[in-house]
Amino acid sequence: MADESLFDFLHMEIVSHIYKEQQSGKEEMDNKDRAVCVSVLESMGFRVGQGLIERLTRDSPSFKDELDVMKFVCKDFWTKVFRRQVDNLRTNHQGTYVLQDNTFSLLTQLSNGKQYLDQAPKYLAFSCGIVRGALSNLGLDSVVTAEVSVMPSCKFQVVVQKL
Amino acid sequence: MSRQSNRTTDSKKMNSELFTLTYGALVTQLCKDYENDEEVNKQLDKMGYNIGVRLIEDFLARSSIGRCQDFRETADVIAKVAFKMYLGITPSVTNWSPAGDEFSLILENNPLVDFVELPDNHSTLVYSSLLCGVLRGALEMVQMAVDVRFAQDTLRGDSVTEIRMKFIKRIEENLPAGDE
Repeated sequence: MADESLFDFLHMEIVSHIYKEQQSGKEEMDNKDRAVCVSVLESMGFRVGQGLIERLTRDSPSFKDELDVMKFVCKDFWTKVFRRQVDNLRTNHQGTYVLQDNTFSLLTQLSNGKQYLDQAPKYLAFSCGIVRGALSNLGLDSVVTAEVSVMPSCKFQVVVQKL
Repeated sequence: MSRQSNRTTDSKKMNSELFTLTYGALVTQLCKDYENDEEVNKQLDKMGYNIGVRLIEDFLARSSIGRCQDFRETADVIAKVAFKMYLGITPSVTNWSPAGDEFSLILENNPLVDFVELPDNHSTLVYSSLLCGVLRGALEMVQMAVDVRFAQDTLRGDSVTEIRMKFIKRIEENLPAGDE
């Protein structure tokens, strides 16, 4: 069974690689370049999230409703993927959810406060994709974004798209 | 695969899946970005190298292994401690060259390739190239220059996965300039 740290190392190197490749030849990255990187990372995470949720819910019964799905993501799924449960789940009961993780596992190695805050989005894109991928395979089309003000605390906003 | 009923094993397994699925997503992305398998192999190896030079610190901190006396000891540590710690498998060390500078690691199963099949148009892809880079990078940080390559690969039809490691030379530690 692969050790947890392997994913951390791999993820950091993937982020580094994607940004290096996008920058190659240019002196500086502009916002368009950054958007491309985030998009690539997010779509990689999406595939992974789909795969993970499939394996996790293979033998589970189907969910009662949307809130049930979100609670599952916050507890079981978050524990399996991010090694802890979401600390706080808020919703407006109209399709928007905010998942707060105060010790987000992918940020703990970065900093314990505001240092490197501008770097945080790079390391959250993949995770946003994972969450979106998982929800997608659970029947929920969504837009997932992440917000950080003080590391390692992180808020994921999920907006479920109505068909 | 049978379902494990033990909770801890379940969560370790899930982390394993997170890693293997992420690796799969990476290889897929690289295949999209680069035109040929050779280039993908090279990129994977380079990324593995970058990981290896950091991983070695993590390894040394967690395993409290002292300095290895010779290449044979290095081989044993790699197989019995490092692979066990990071991938949960213990490859066997075999096929030593007469000079004692080259050996093989035989992996009965390779966790990286769970759920993976190589499509026909990627027959020269060495899917697990990252591993070669990791080993090379890690050993370089402990003053050993080695050459690492896959001699056999279950993804390409072989019965086992065989990693061949060759000792090239000892890297002299460079003192920073100005330190007389």
